[in-house]
Amino acid sequence: MESPEWMNNAVDLGTSIMAVEFDGGVVMGADSRTTTGAYIANRVTNKITPIHEKIYCCRSGSAADTQAISDYVRYYLEMHTSELCDDPDVKTAASLFQLLCYSNKNNLMAGIIVAGWDKHQGGSVYNISLGGSMVKQPFAIGGSGSTYIYGYCDSKFKPNMTKDECVEFVQNSLALAMFRDGSSGGVIRLCIIDKNGVERRMIPGNKLPRFWEG
Amino acid sequence: MTSVGSGYDLYVSTYSPDGKIFQIDYANKAVENSGTCVAIRTKDGVILGVEKLVPSKMLEKSSNRRIHHIDTHIGVGISGFLADARQLITRARDEAKQYRQVYGQPIPIKVLSQRIASYNHVYTLYGSVRPFGCSLIITGIDQYGPQLYMVEPSGSCIGYFGTSMGKGKQAAKNEMEKIKFTEISTRDALKEVARIIHTVHDEVKDKDFELELGWISMTETNSVHQLVPQNLFEEAEAFAKAAIEEANQ
Repeated sequence: MESPEWMNNAVDLGTSIMAVEFDGGVVMGADSRTTTGAYIANRVTNKITPIHEKIYCCRSGSAADTQAISDYVRYYLEMHTSELCDDPDVKTAASLFQLLCYSNKNNLMAGIIVAGWDKHQGGSVYNISLGGSMVKQPFAIGGSGSTYIYGYCDSKFKPNMTKDECVEFVQNSLALAMFRDGSSGGVIRLCIIDKNGVERRMIPGNKLPRFWEG
Repeated sequence: MTSVGSGYDLYVSTYSPDGKIFQIDYANKAVENSGTCVAIRTKDGVILGVEKLVPSKMLEKSSNRRIHHIDTHIGVGISGFLADARQLITRARDEAKQYRQVYGQPIPIKVLSQRIASYNHVYTLYGSVRPFGCSLIITGIDQYGPQLYMVEPSGSCIGYFGTSMGKGKQAAKNEMEKIKFTEISTRDALKEVARIIHTVHDEVKDKDFELELGWISMTETNSVHQLVPQNLFEEAEAFAKAAIEEANQ
């Protein structure tokens, strides 16, 4: 008998993730669906992973690969922190992600958004793409769901938004992506980071913003 | 066994009965016999001055340099054996390059200084090696502002507002005590460094010397370490000579 497809497929974060800079911090957001093929392995996944006190990353691609990379970066960054005797910069964390993603690009499936707050740059967002390039962006979207919302995000993003405007922007964008993308869904998880610390929020699946559903 | 250290000075792996490692003291002697090196940290930069003793008139100017660049934002002054120092310079450049590759940022001066100090320290642990016969003054500007560190053969690494090493280090320190480090401008500090090097130079014992000046400043050099440009160098040296002339009258 043929075994069910969820036994053969890799655990994948077919995903919608996002991060936006605001004055003095960042808002990060992600859906919560983890799939193995068409089977939803976890509907309440946490794809926003802490790397340091005020540096987090949104993971997309292979769950195994991105978890392993995050573990390495967390470890290296901790070592770096003790040498520096100071909190690390977001750029430093992003560079470590880039180093691992680029030098192992043939064996990895990982698209990562690194964001957080440091005292030198304030809030900042870095996109580490599949091939291992590192780009600093005022906002970044990623994962399979992001392809549906490029136009929406480009039209709605404004520089220098307030924190609340950013939260709304992220919620609406992710809700739209999760609705159209079959491998995104569940709840929206948010992470708001500024100099005072980290605030986590969750919007349940039945409280998501709704748009035209034709 | 008739040597001064009565056998305790042969290896760094041997302590003397009163707890000294003589090889480190000897390395410091090598530094103390070398030309003076002075550095002053101001609000927006660091000035480095070296008295380079010229042993022969046949030496080409600007040979045997004692100020070196490590990265765009770091400069180093040397006292002691040049040959030993060159190995540390190479090591410092490698560390700066590696840090940039891994973290995507210029290396902080403190981190570089501590890494060089650790490197020095390793050479005080094994019987098969000797300590480096040189001290380094490491200057630069990073995210934390202007920085000034001195690294010694023992492996110590200490930050300063102003410091000196080499032959005239004590005289230079006496001169530096008059300076208000939080108030002095970078250009004034440049003249002060030139004056101090000229003041502490011993004309009787060492005839010829060449003044080397390096600086880095947020306003003057856009946080890039450079040798001081010709016109400012001449101005500073003229100021130094005039000041000494005045003091002698």
